[in-house]
Amino acid sequence: MKTFKLGGVHPEENKLSAASPIRGAALPKQAVFSMFQHIGAPANPVVKKGDTVKVGTLLGEAGGFVSAPVFSSVSGTVNKVDVALDASGLRRMAVTVDVEGDEWEDSIDRSKDLVKLNDRPELDGKAIVDKVKAAGIVGMGGATFPTHVKLCPPPGKVAECVIVNAVECEPYLTADHRLMLEHPEEVLVGLQLVMKAVGVNKGYIGIENNKPDAIKLMTEHAAKYPEIEVVPLKVKYPQGGEKQLIDAVIGRQVPAPPALPIDTGAIVQNVGTCFAIYEAVMKNKPLIDRIITVTGKSVKQPSNLLARLGTPFQQLIDECGGLPEDTGKIIGGGPMMGKALLSLEVPMTKGSSGLLIMPESEARRAEAQPCIRCAKCVGACPMGLEPYLLARMSEQFDWEAAEQNDIPSCIECGSCQFTCPSHRPLLDRIRVGKATVMGIIRSRSQK
Amino acid sequence: MNLILLAIIALGAIGLIASVLLYFASRKFAVHEDERIGQVSAVLPQANCGGCGFPGCAGFAGACVKAADAGSLEGLLCPVGGQPVMGQVADILGMKVEASAPKIAVVRCNGSCENRPRIAEFDGAESCKVLQMIGMGDTACSYGCYGCGDCTRQCKFDAIHINPETRLPEVDEEKCTACGACAKACPRQIIEIRLKGPKGRRVVVLCSNKDKGAMANKVCKASCIGCGKCVKTCDKFEAITLNRNLAYIDAEKCKMCLKCVDACPKHAIHAFNFPPRKPKVETPKTEEAV
Amino acid sequence: MNKPIISLSPHVHGGDSVQKNMYGVCIALLPALLASFYFFGLGAVVVMLTSVCACVFFEWAITKYILKSERLTIADGSAILTGLLLGFNLPSNLPIWIIVLGALFAIGVGKMTFGGLGQNIFNPALAGRVFLLFSFPVQMTTWPDNFNDAIDGASGATPLSLMQKAILEKDASILNDLPSSFEMFLGQTEGSMGEVSALLLMIGCAYMLWRKIITWHIPVSIVATVLVFAGLLHLANPIYANPLQVVFSGGLMLGACFMATDYVTSPMSHRGQLVYGVAIGLLTVIIRNWGAYPEGMSFAIIIMNAFTPLINTYFKPKRFGEVIKK
Repeated sequence: MKTFKLGGVHPEENKLSAASPIRGAALPKQAVFSMFQHIGAPANPVVKKGDTVKVGTLLGEAGGFVSAPVFSSVSGTVNKVDVALDASGLRRMAVTVDVEGDEWEDSIDRSKDLVKLNDRPELDGKAIVDKVKAAGIVGMGGATFPTHVKLCPPPGKVAECVIVNAVECEPYLTADHRLMLEHPEEVLVGLQLVMKAVGVNKGYIGIENNKPDAIKLMTEHAAKYPEIEVVPLKVKYPQGGEKQLIDAVIGRQVPAPPALPIDTGAIVQNVGTCFAIYEAVMKNKPLIDRIITVTGKSVKQPSNLLARLGTPFQQLIDECGGLPEDTGKIIGGGPMMGKALLSLEVPMTKGSSGLLIMPESEARRAEAQPCIRCAKCVGACPMGLEPYLLARMSEQFDWEAAEQNDIPSCIECGSCQFTCPSHRPLLDRIRVGKATVMGIIRSRSQK
Repeated sequence: MNLILLAIIALGAIGLIASVLLYFASRKFAVHEDERIGQVSAVLPQANCGGCGFPGCAGFAGACVKAADAGSLEGLLCPVGGQPVMGQVADILGMKVEASAPKIAVVRCNGSCENRPRIAEFDGAESCKVLQMIGMGDTACSYGCYGCGDCTRQCKFDAIHINPETRLPEVDEEKCTACGACAKACPRQIIEIRLKGPKGRRVVVLCSNKDKGAMANKVCKASCIGCGKCVKTCDKFEAITLNRNLAYIDAEKCKMCLKCVDACPKHAIHAFNFPPRKPKVETPKTEEAV
Repeated sequence: MNKPIISLSPHVHGGDSVQKNMYGVCIALLPALLASFYFFGLGAVVVMLTSVCACVFFEWAITKYILKSERLTIADGSAILTGLLLGFNLPSNLPIWIIVLGALFAIGVGKMTFGGLGQNIFNPALAGRVFLLFSFPVQMTTWPDNFNDAIDGASGATPLSLMQKAILEKDASILNDLPSSFEMFLGQTEGSMGEVSALLLMIGCAYMLWRKIITWHIPVSIVATVLVFAGLLHLANPIYANPLQVVFSGGLMLGACFMATDYVTSPMSHRGQLVYGVAIGLLTVIIRNWGAYPEGMSFAIIIMNAFTPLINTYFKPKRFGEVIKK
């Protein structure tokens, strides 16, 4: 069975919600739409206080090419356009809407019927990309990189295949797993749309073999399309990393930055993104909702919810049995790469793949001990870096040495810190170093 | 006897060959440097703090010599050595140097544990930049000090320390050389290098919060809420400006009347090193602590 | 709910710890330890107890009274491990005061002067052994008669000294006095306590590999290098011993599995570990055959310990995307 070649770890899977079907979350009373739901330039609000909006109304237009518009996922009145705490832990520009009823824009097709690619022969690549761009679709795996940018390879680069990231290597999370089980056809059409948009005729779906039901179902459905291949992958974190997935599926490694994944000829899209692309192109529905896993060892009902963007996390956890007494840490995303949240007031965004509640007994890190130079971090690093060294250089502010030792290649997967017997905060240090070195590189290239 | 002779000859030959090699090597690889650079370097503090804007003291010495050749030492200042050292440098290079007022680092945040409650517990590497990546940090203030001491780790003069009670950095006025390393290290740009003032007396707004008044008021007892009362009391000198809900006192224009200190409803404006006026005002000793 | 805890990711940990690794190595040493008790009797127990207790005591005393550190480090198991390894490197009839001196050197000079766990350049146990070997050469190389003496008739000369004698006197017939390689593999030779049974040491090594405490790179590269190098010499000239006998004799197995794999003093990347292993193998054979001492393993490891920082600088792990496969 295939997997990526360098490093990797095996965290406990804890897929508590794998068997719970996707259910719709109730509408919130008030929804908050951050203008910073993607990587790149923030969206610019186009509504003002007192405006009436419907589901699918544009709230913020894209602030540049690498940016994405933001749509309202509820109907009601704009309460304020002001800074609000968001999932990044910062107070940033957001539109707050008081919810009244559930009125949708007429242009959105709300029927459940499957629309196949053959049903819409008039669609060409450019039309698909335009639809994706207009619908505000971003990478749904958590990276939130605007999808239309990925669908337009830079000049001189040629795409050869599309890989669907259905690995879901993060422990606890099951949103992608359930999506494949419940909407396999839509995902496949979404993949076909991506393939058509970038003009390739080879598509892979990479699934880790801890989801045998999804592999079976997707293989059955994909049998109709000879150009699509389901690739079962050996379970190993961080297989869902873009570079690791390309290595695992087609055996090519992306060279060090500034090279891009497209240099291997592969375009990777998350399975949730494929579904969103299907809905955007075939149903004319902008990105207004997503599947989010609400889970945790003390959570009464670990669930997969189809929730409107902008819903406060508090409401989602209430639907799953309320916040447990012993809560120690609230994490937006998975335990390996997710972000600790300051409060449950923050709204879910396009990149919210999970809401994980960690009991206090597991939430604290153990006390750091001296590095014993065991080289386990070196063995675990999927990028072939030396985390112990990079962390030390960062601690000593030796940015030059950190750059020479390829600190910008770090994908911040956390394997090093996960495996460190001395419980050292390796990734904390490396992140500081990486951010500083990237800043130095940027300022140098501007000169 | 033979043995001793042989040893003398052998060692002598080795020494001779080595000295010849060394001689040619030293000639071949000799670096010609303006000797004034060495002289200037000798009077510099050799802390290599980078406060002057050059990489180390040698770099600064080189820049001084270059500037002297160009005709003026203007804009060059060793913040550590200050005027005495610059005077020496000017003497060596046969130049004159104008006096500049001494400066000091000021931490513009008074969000002690008492004033600004912690809303979360931070668990990770002790670094402000790590907290910055998490977002607001462990308080609700989006602008205040993180209290993890990135500034203290960059200080070459042991002049800035985190007070464990307030979890805020404190500047040692005796030791601070205003080199600016701490200001550069602070991810929230809270530390300002500002005029030390006559006898060390200065009036400073100890807050960096640019949020609207209601929000700033909620997160911290000692925050500037941008009410503008200080601006009105200072209409005679126009030393105080309000920018994005935050008052700023221009040290050049401030006449030290202390009216703004009394006017501030949040006690965000502090006077350093003034003699005690009323029993209400704290002694200078504890004022340093904020 | 109290205040939430915030930190950067990852929010979970694999559960590995320094203690687990250190005690894991101790467990891996158990079979060989029991065998040495069996072969050498009460003397071995006394030596081992003295060595472990002395190492733990010095670690505790130095952290508490010299470094004045709040955090005592004896619980992490590294001092126990150093004591065990030092004991394995000593003859079972060594006077107690010499052992205590060795422990003081191992912990005090070999480890604590550099800053304690994780900072030392040389493997502390080996530093202690080499110190004793230079200071007390007679006591360190006088091994007790173990019960096999009566059977194989060896007159106190170890296989290693026989091998060196064969080379010095250019007389291959001396090698006939060596026990067979199979006997050596099972463990019927003389020497220090940890050198008795290659088999049991290999079982311990297999356990460490299974628990992922170490990777295969260092032990395999050392043993393979010795096999190849000694094999070539043996083929070229029969006065050099059979490579299997070379591998199973003396401290080679102990060194390859337990001393060279010491975390702190071995290189970090797999490439570097291979280089390190090969160099140790070569040095060991060279010192054994042409050096002044019959055993070269400790010296080879100590020498390569010194080169580890250099190896770390020049042998980086294979970066992702370094070679693009087509």
